[in-house]
Parts: sequence; C-alpha cells; structure tokens
Amino acid sequence: MSADRRRFLISCSAMAVAPIWTVAHAQHNPQREALLREITGGVEVRIGRVVVDTPPLADNGHSVPLRVVVDSPMTATDHVRRITVLAERNPRPVVASYRLGPHSGRAEITTRIRLADIQDVVAVAELSDGNWWMGSAHVIVTELACLEG
Amino acid sequence: MSMLARIQVPAQARRGDIIPIRIAIQHPMETGYRPDNFGRRITKNVINTLTCRYNGVEVFRAEMGSGVSANPQLQFYVRADSSGEFVFDWVDDSGERGSERAALAVSG
Repeated sequence: MSADRRRFLISCSAMAVAPIWTVAHAQHNPQREALLREITGGVEVRIGRVVVDTPPLADNGHSVPLRVVVDSPMTATDHVRRITVLAERNPRPVVASYRLGPHSGRAEITTRIRLADIQDVVAVAELSDGNWWMGSAHVIVTELACLEG
Repeated sequence: MSMLARIQVPAQARRGDIIPIRIAIQHPMETGYRPDNFGRRITKNVINTLTCRYNGVEVFRAEMGSGVSANPQLQFYVRADSSGEFVFDWVDDSGERGSERAALAVSG
C-alpha cells in the first residue's frame, strides 16, 4: 500500500466519522444545559411554544434582527412572565431578558442583537404556571461581531 | 452625553386593542471587548435596564447585555385599558439615565 493511498483512506474515514460526531455533539450540549439550569433554577425546559425568527443568513453580526413570539393567550391566569435570549457562542451568552405580563396582550418582542459566531439563537420563556419553554433558530453570520481590532 | 431616544406609541386606541410600542435609543452599547485607537479596551457600557410604566404600573422591563446591538431598538406590545401616560426609563452601566413620556387616548 503506497503512502498516498494510505493518507487518502485515512482522510476518507475521518470525513465519514466527522458528521456523526457533530450530530452527537448537537444532541448533548453541556454548555447549553448548564446555561439553562442557571436561568431556570433547574426546572426542565421543554422545546416548543417559542418561535425565534431571524434571517437564516445575516451579513452583519453587529446587528441581526430578532423576533421572539411565544404562543400564549396573555391573560391574568395564563401569560408569559419572562423571555430570555441566549447566544451561546457570544462572549457573554445571555443577550437580554424581557419581563412581560398580562398587560402585554401579546407575547412578542423584536430587537437587534450581536452575534460573535455562527450559532443557534435560543429563546426561553417562563410562563405564569411555572413551566419553561424554548425555541431556537440557526443563524449563519458572514461578518462576525466582536472581531474588530 | 445625552441619550437621544425615539419612542413611538400610537396617539389613540380603542379599549382592548393591543398596541405596538417601538423604542430606539442612541447609545454605543460598548461591549467591553472593543479597543480604542491606542489599543486600550473601552469599558463596557450598555443600557442595562429599560422599563415601561403605563399609568404607574410597570408593564414591560428589558434587562440587556452586551449582546444587544448599538443604538438598541425594541418593539413590544401593550393592551390599551384606559387613557393615560406611558413613562419610559432607562439607565446605562455608567449610571446615565434617560426618560421619555407618551400619552395615549383610549376610546370605547
């Protein structure tokens, strides 16, 4: 077996293994789990009811439009108390936290955020019944924030 | 440095309407990671808290970090119950405060 052929085979097997590792990594994300625990105080966060709306491709990481909508009737007995936005690959992952209530009428906020890397933007919502829900959106950023100088 | 702000609240609404409120404040939202022309880090300075009171009751609060873009923009919603006044207050890490007011007339 020539050295070239050996190198070629090794690189092929590396490429075959890489995607599997990535998927496994995405499913078990200790950093996200730790962050969520810190925010919720250990309460389990379920996926759903929260929609994170961002452009899938953002050309400027300094100002990425973000809209978060939570499915809630926003009544006195059933409303969203808090929405927290996370960008795990930013130097400070907690972007902002918004407090809402039955006065809000609609559980929706729109703002612009900085993204230091290509990543999932995660929003977690605390409901008045004490349950936590989350949603996320993957954003590809072509010009990253926090890299000037 | 004064913080220029533009707040958009509809002038009138019908009782029960859910009205959008838009805020834009002129502020660099310094991350603390950016160097100045001499290579020294500029101290982190962001608007960390913004509140909205509607006839004295706090109806919205934003706690922000360095992940919010410069010149922060924000839109949220409030249910129009009665005529009155919205008061917006915010403060940055350096202790600088800003405030704006807007009146709403509710019919029906």
